[in-house]
Amino acid sequence: MSTLLEVSGVSVSFDGFKAINNLSFQIADAELRAIIGPNGAGKTTFMDIVTGKTRPNEGRVIWGDKSVSLLKMSESQIARAGVGRKFQRPTVFEDQTVRENLAMALRNDRSPWAVLFYKKTTDGAARIEALADEINLTAQLTRKAGELSHGQKQWLEIGMLLAQDPKLLLVDEPAAGMTPAERDHTTDILKEAAKTRAVVVVEHDMDFVEKLNCKVTVLHEGSVLAEGSLAHVTANKDVIDVYLGR
Amino acid sequence: MQRSFFARNPSVLIFIALLAVFTLTVTVMSEAMGMGVLSTSFIKTLGKTLCLCLIAIAMDLVWGYCGILSLGHFAFFGLGGYMIGMWLMYERTKGIVLGSLENAPLPPTPEEVRDAIGTQIFGVVGGAEIPMIWFFADSLAAQLALVVLVPGALALIFGWLAFRSRVTGVYLSILTQAMTLALSLYLFQNDSGLRGNNGLSGLQNIPGLSGMSQAWVSLWFLWASALALGLGYLMAAWVVSGKFGSVIRGIRDDEARVRFLGYNVEGYKLFVFTVTAIIAAVAGALYYPQAGIINPAEIAPIASIYLAVWVAIGGRGRLYGAVIGAAFVSLLSSWFTGGGAPDVNLGFYRIQWTDWWLVLLGLSFVAVTLFAPKGMGGLFDYLVRKPMPDRPGADLGPDQGSRREVEQ
Ligand SMILES: Nc1ncnc2c1ncn2[C@@H]1O[C@H](COP(=O)(O)OP(=O)(O)OP(=O)(O)O)[C@@H](O)[C@H]1O
Ligand SMILES: [Mg+2]
Repeated sequence: MSTLLEVSGVSVSFDGFKAINNLSFQIADAELRAIIGPNGAGKTTFMDIVTGKTRPNEGRVIWGDKSVSLLKMSESQIARAGVGRKFQRPTVFEDQTVRENLAMALRNDRSPWAVLFYKKTTDGAARIEALADEINLTAQLTRKAGELSHGQKQWLEIGMLLAQDPKLLLVDEPAAGMTPAERDHTTDILKEAAKTRAVVVVEHDMDFVEKLNCKVTVLHEGSVLAEGSLAHVTANKDVIDVYLGR
Repeated sequence: MQRSFFARNPSVLIFIALLAVFTLTVTVMSEAMGMGVLSTSFIKTLGKTLCLCLIAIAMDLVWGYCGILSLGHFAFFGLGGYMIGMWLMYERTKGIVLGSLENAPLPPTPEEVRDAIGTQIFGVVGGAEIPMIWFFADSLAAQLALVVLVPGALALIFGWLAFRSRVTGVYLSILTQAMTLALSLYLFQNDSGLRGNNGLSGLQNIPGLSGMSQAWVSLWFLWASALALGLGYLMAAWVVSGKFGSVIRGIRDDEARVRFLGYNVEGYKLFVFTVTAIIAAVAGALYYPQAGIINPAEIAPIASIYLAVWVAIGGRGRLYGAVIGAAFVSLLSSWFTGGGAPDVNLGFYRIQWTDWWLVLLGLSFVAVTLFAPKGMGGLFDYLVRKPMPDRPGADLGPDQGSRREVEQ
């Protein structure tokens, strides 16, 4: 397994407050990884850095076989390079149908001309149907995304992520607002996705993380506190002190 | 498997049909056709209104669909008018000059003709030289190309600078106002080469058509304006109904999210801004020959603000809403300001609509924004669509179809 993403020595401060402090992190080609940590640990900020939303004050973010730096690329270039992201707060296009949301995310040429003259294809339609089936939204395809429940919006966003066909999925708190049954299904989707690509999941819910059954990274005050299997990190004294013990 | 474009967008067909019926009716009732129910000047007003509807469509695309509140599209409209006006004025003056030199003992040299044209056109601003920017004024084809190229280039450069540095929202609106103000102040100068505050006049006389009466000219322009509006509507409807429309509505609602899907948001904004500037310019090029005169006051920042008001009142985010708003408000406006509306005597005060119309318009704008954000076009929802569930407040729970805090 080769390294897909390598973050090294990254620091970010907001008005003097160090949200990320000399963070180093690596993820391999087809790996499932969970990130846990207390509120304000910098989990979302980490995703912001990788996706180009926040520029770090120092450090390197290296991507892919060709080892390109993501720091010089715009958000849309990073997305096209193969980094997909699901936000903490579900952000779908509420005014558009589920189908339109998925179609927009579908992997295709993204230039204005190509999109203007884009013709719907049977391939694309089939792909949308398949995705909708995977995220349990087949019956909702023609409904506006704004009418969906919180959990369904989360799924739709995961579906949009899969539609992009990225090499790395960054998933911020996917199970928030879901019923236990919905959570289980989400676990399955993420595990399935991780067979062919790298998936990084941020989650507070320990049961959910346990079901993912993967390597866990614990963040605290902007840097890695512990890393390893869930059993390993939960036995760590520091982790118990800052996160679990509260 | 795909239904046709018109089946998916029935409003387009209805609009085109209504436009055709309107044009036909006006034609039949025109002076040129002998019936004369509608005066030639009123036909010009109607033709001009169609052009305003066209620029309203442009405004709806850029604001209602893409979320860029441009307060500068009338600058492009005016520039389009200036570009065609240059040809109209030059050719007409040339005709007059040639006519007057016809009886001279010696046939005039080309320089003499040019000098005479220069004196005729630029005498009012104390010049006789024909400025460089009039280089192509002798050629209709070239000036028609400039109608598209000059406003298009201005929009491209301005948009590139503004969008590249991610100026959005109110700041962008202010920037577009600044651009409009700068352009109009520049045109007000005598040495701008476009006759300063005199502007270009006599545009209603079409060179080479001196035999045609204004009744017929007005009719031809009405047809041309109707055709342009129909084509513009069709094109806009096609653009917004496809995936492109989906992307620009996404940009309007959450541009960061669109970026993370891999779309180059700035490129899309620039594209929409420039294309709509060109539509505005074409509308202007059709408008000013019907108005007869164009001067820098037409490009004043307030004009572009009115445009936003029309679209807001008509209902942004739907093309027919923009058309309804532009037609309704601009016709009403000319009725009120033209003294058509009778004064209201309150006993202690006499409301004269020429003064109070703007207040009324301002109040309606505020009212629409507050109470009917969908505008007049929103009325059609009651006719056609099922009412949408309106669920204010946050989610109450994680279950499917969860209720909101304030269920109605
Ligand atoms: N744009 C910003 N400006 C200022 N401070 C910020 C900004 N973004 C994040 N922070 C701060 O950086 C710290 C890390 O925030 P971050 O959102 O990454 O935490 P998190 O680990 O995702 O927490 P949670 O579990 O609550 O989602 C917080 O203290 C937050 O207040
Ligand atoms: Mg977070």
